Amino acid sequence: MSSYTWLVPLPVMIPLFAAGLALALYRRPRLQQGISVTALTLMLGFSAWLMVVVDSGPVVVNAGEWAAPVGVALVGDRLSALMLTVSSAVLLCVLLYSLGQGVSDGSEKAPVSIYHPTYLALAAGVSNAFLAGDLFNLYVGFEILLVASYVLLTLGGTFERIRAGAIYVVVGLLSSLIFLTAVAMIYAATGTVNLAQLSVRLQEIDPGTALVLQILLLLGFAIKAAIFPLSSWLPDSYPTAPAPVTAVFAGLLTKVGVYSIMRTQTLLFPDGRLNDVLMWLALATMLIGIMGAVAQNDIKRLLSFTLVSHIGYMIFGIALGSRIGLGAAIFYVAHHITVQTTLFLIVGLIERRGGTTSLAKLGGLAKIAPGLSILFFIPAMNLAGIPPFSGFLGKVGLLEAGVAQDRWLAWVLVIGSVVASLLTLYAIVKAWNKAFWQPAPDDVPDVKLPATMVGPATALMVLTLAITVFAGPLYDYTNRAATTMMEPDNYVNAVLSGEGRGDGESTDKDGPERVDDSELSDDGQEGVVR
Amino acid sequence: MIDTTPSLMLVIAVGAFFISGVYLVLERTLTRVLLGVILISNGVNLLLLISGGRAGGAPIVGVTPDEDMADPLAQFMILTAIVITFGLTAFILAMAYRSWQMLGHDEVQDDLEDRRIARLAARNAPTVEGSDTSDVTDISVDDEASAARDDIADGRTP
Repeated sequence: MSSYTWLVPLPVMIPLFAAGLALALYRRPRLQQGISVTALTLMLGFSAWLMVVVDSGPVVVNAGEWAAPVGVALVGDRLSALMLTVSSAVLLCVLLYSLGQGVSDGSEKAPVSIYHPTYLALAAGVSNAFLAGDLFNLYVGFEILLVASYVLLTLGGTFERIRAGAIYVVVGLLSSLIFLTAVAMIYAATGTVNLAQLSVRLQEIDPGTALVLQILLLLGFAIKAAIFPLSSWLPDSYPTAPAPVTAVFAGLLTKVGVYSIMRTQTLLFPDGRLNDVLMWLALATMLIGIMGAVAQNDIKRLLSFTLVSHIGYMIFGIALGSRIGLGAAIFYVAHHITVQTTLFLIVGLIERRGGTTSLAKLGGLAKIAPGLSILFFIPAMNLAGIPPFSGFLGKVGLLEAGVAQDRWLAWVLVIGSVVASLLTLYAIVKAWNKAFWQPAPDDVPDVKLPATMVGPATALMVLTLAITVFAGPLYDYTNRAATTMMEPDNYVNAVLSGEGRGDGESTDKDGPERVDDSELSDDGQEGVVR
Repeated sequence: MIDTTPSLMLVIAVGAFFISGVYLVLERTLTRVLLGVILISNGVNLLLLISGGRAGGAPIVGVTPDEDMADPLAQFMILTAIVITFGLTAFILAMAYRSWQMLGHDEVQDDLEDRRIARLAARNAPTVEGSDTSDVTDISVDDEASAARDDIADGRTP
């Protein structure tokens, strides 16, 4: 796979470069839009390609040709390539939707010129986090996407957004500081921040110290992923942002946290000492999240609470610590990114058509806008896990994995996830009844939904259906991803295959002796398969 | 083998930074929260410095003998972290200023849900206390709620 190493940095480089370009061209909104769409289309194409390429083994790129422990590595494996592909598809659809919104609102004359650069920086940050082969690089990826998200959330600086933004920014900052503390402690304990090398060295240090490091890392990621005791910032801040921004936050940001938990739990701490704790947290996240959703009377807040609740399913899959559990969790992440984003986009349409997101004031949409009701109904049922949709398949996978463990705690989680699933159905049906079936209020605004907004939302809904139709191959893929992840050696060998320092150039003056190039026939720039 | 025993003073400084930072972060004013965040991030930066082992010469080949070099990786990480914190400090200051522009203060406002709960508490409070002032209704429930909240914050019973 050596010939494909150039593919790995592209999902980071393209949006980052485009962000700079879009910022420089802030006076030319048309050109900005063109750049953003092109960049994200390219990112989607290359990510999909990468997903095919890495199916035969991880691809490792070393910055500056320095071999992994010395240099900084970007690692593309099945999990990161799948995450990249789904994310870039979602990013592209949301961008098109927001363009449609901007065009129909006539905001072309007064464009928010920083929207495009920030959005692209967010895309770059997400990609960087997925590809990072280095704990510090993961931190940098997180920071890029978080800073971009702070700007997007407070776009326009209205009262409501500053209020929500203050909480969101402070919570985000503190989680980053906890993560950075964990990085510093890990560096002090092991002398490295390279994930592959950490995977080896963390097994050699004192188990008590390793446990502290694991808890610190989990704490940082759990805030970002919105796991129960640390989730209360999410339903308060997300709904205030513009619909497309909320959609992309809900779809992607928490999943980057989930991805990091997956990566570190399998690679750095494969002994799974905290799995039981994670199980309980998953249960609490599912149940408390969904009870919050049931109590809500605003459809955006309701969906934010279902988002928190469904993070619990993914944590459940990770905490099982088995191959099928992890495979199902990865499938569930892919499903949930698309379906949650679709629902938020469609709620944006509902808000436009009905004039509000309050369930008490909405009504009669099934009669007024039958197309919209179909558009809402399918992903809503998908989220609730009604067969034959992908939500059902993902949940069945998790339940099977739980039953296969045959422990009482796993059974508790199985029952809990069924209850949470039923309550999701209840919350969704309640929203459906109120928004679509109850008598229409008198003052429904007479607006026509622009095709430029309905189009991308429909495209994303078709993508959720595609995940259902192609669930078989996708499930095989996620299971293969889980199989390689359960054996940390696969990752370690791919990254640390080179014995020397790689082909990086350095000064000869009094420096360490250059490594003989003839001994390094094929290291440094490529990961050896398996 | 590199000597990794940290200086005790640095460890104490990290602790002091974290303690005072956490105290400030728990305040309600955004500028104080910001000061707290800055203190904590300085603490983390010092922690990173400690993680690099003892002090040494400039890590440049040919300038310092290998065994006297300081760990450059820890310093690179600190630099990156400083730049990130710097940008975010500017951003939070802008937010605090915007909040001051709109509201005249930069207090972090309550979560909607919190406010709803505080209003419920305010409605119930007179009944609980058996107070007869509850029929004086020239103040809105919202004001009562904020008053109840401030009382709790100041340690008085509502």
